[in-house]
Amino acid sequence: MTRGTQDRSDGGVLKDQTAVVGIGQTAYGKGLPDSELSLACQAISAAIDDAGLRPSDIDGLSMFSMENGREVDVARNVGLGDITFFSEVGYGGGAGCGVVGQAAMAVATGQCTTAVAWRARKRAAKTSRPWAQVDERLGGHQQWSRPFGVIRPVDEIALLTRRAMHQYGYTRDHLANVALAFRGHANRNPVATMHAKTLTREQYMNARWISEPLCLFDNCLETDGALAVVITSADRARDLPQPPAYIHSFAQSIPRQHQVMTNYFNDDPLVGPAWVCARKLWNRSDFQPADVPVAQLYDAFSPLVPLSLEGYGFCARGEGGAFTDDGTLEWPNGRLPTNTSGGGMSEAYVHGFNLILEGVRQIRGTSTNQVTDPACSLVTSGEGVPTSAILFRR
Amino acid sequence: MSEVPGVSDAGALLLPDLDDETSAEFWAGTARGELLVQACGACGAWRMPPRPMCPACQSLSVRWVETNGNASIWSFIVPHPPLLPAYAELAPYNAIVVALDQDPTIRFVGNLLAAPNGAINEVDPATIQIGEPVRVVFQTVEDVALPRWVRR
Ligand SMILES: [Zn+2]
Repeated sequence: MTRGTQDRSDGGVLKDQTAVVGIGQTAYGKGLPDSELSLACQAISAAIDDAGLRPSDIDGLSMFSMENGREVDVARNVGLGDITFFSEVGYGGGAGCGVVGQAAMAVATGQCTTAVAWRARKRAAKTSRPWAQVDERLGGHQQWSRPFGVIRPVDEIALLTRRAMHQYGYTRDHLANVALAFRGHANRNPVATMHAKTLTREQYMNARWISEPLCLFDNCLETDGALAVVITSADRARDLPQPPAYIHSFAQSIPRQHQVMTNYFNDDPLVGPAWVCARKLWNRSDFQPADVPVAQLYDAFSPLVPLSLEGYGFCARGEGGAFTDDGTLEWPNGRLPTNTSGGGMSEAYVHGFNLILEGVRQIRGTSTNQVTDPACSLVTSGEGVPTSAILFRR
Repeated sequence: MSEVPGVSDAGALLLPDLDDETSAEFWAGTARGELLVQACGACGAWRMPPRPMCPACQSLSVRWVETNGNASIWSFIVPHPPLLPAYAELAPYNAIVVALDQDPTIRFVGNLLAAPNGAINEVDPATIQIGEPVRVVFQTVEDVALPRWVRR
């Protein structure tokens, strides 16, 4: 283990002060009958049970701005205690580690003692697919892309992908490396949506286009479900039944001149939010990328994985595509087994929150694609949007 | 309402709000056949998309500069369904990002057309090259003049 910069003025005050002590989730599905509020409450309740706590022990809430079920409703349904901290983080898939990290900050500063963070999402919900809602007329950043048929998130990321193919030499084989690695992991994860469905390189190459150069298998799944975690102080964590997953380092970023998703309007669009987030994450950490044995990288679309590998420093700029060659991302023999539950592309897409639970399971030793005794475990949230990341440690 | 090549119901297309305080001048420019870029009235820095304040000097003073409309293709995609109905009807079509010759960090999303009055699905996508020189043309859809691009 190499020693990183340990400057407490740079966020290091949070280091190892808090831990995830409970995880819970609903089943994954399509067209689940329960409301998003009900799903959220089920996942939160399960996470509190897993932590060996009672609902009345919870006094902090941290959630995605996009949540349909609001804090007051969650608290009244689950029977939570007096809430003394609540906050939310915007920008969809970029918020996952953000809500967990902000809950950790609240616990570490004494604003609350034990918090829950969660995401509940239904594909059919009105807030779930904003691109499919036709307003009368477009304002804001959408007016610069949507009139021209750049409508869906996949179109927005496909434009960056084509540029990366041109500028960096990314290939469809590189993207297939990502899709196949994650599918292989899902095939060994019984709860993964794609548990029973294998994927071959030939199937990938022959798949229908969604937005060239991205095909069907470059896209995440669409999933109904909810997941939650319980965060408390390191002191309390030691008395609870689960092995704590300590929040060793946490970072968020909105890089200068960033524009959400259609980030084509700054000097260097292929340097995404991951880069600033990574600089802060590693500055606050005793571990550096070379020390990280397992990662959960946000994968709404396959090209976000090589871009994140570059941003988080696992390879040099432009080399993220080639980094995926030779099974690098595959459990058990790859250098960096990545998205070991199957990720958003093959386990479930719940705005990346399932990646957080898998990052915790790797620390606990309970993944179905378990890396041997990992000292730490990286989870990142959405690339291409205001983002966040957490490094867990044992 | 004008005819849009390849689209049966132009009203189903996604169009900008011409009353948007920040960008109304841009769309007024396209209606006159001008591709405008917002420039800071104090320090002169160009910026796109338009916004109220200059990020370089915090001035609220704004000038609109007419560009020469020449650019090169920075990236491109070919969307396929599922899409909103008016776009599914055109798919597969191309969408491009171009970088202005006068300042390559100023970019626009658009479409590559075979001719100024052409549809967005007429250029063979296999022939599109990043770096190709293009020039702006304007297509009127309802009350909006959209900047699109042809090869030069
Ligand atoms: Zn200025």
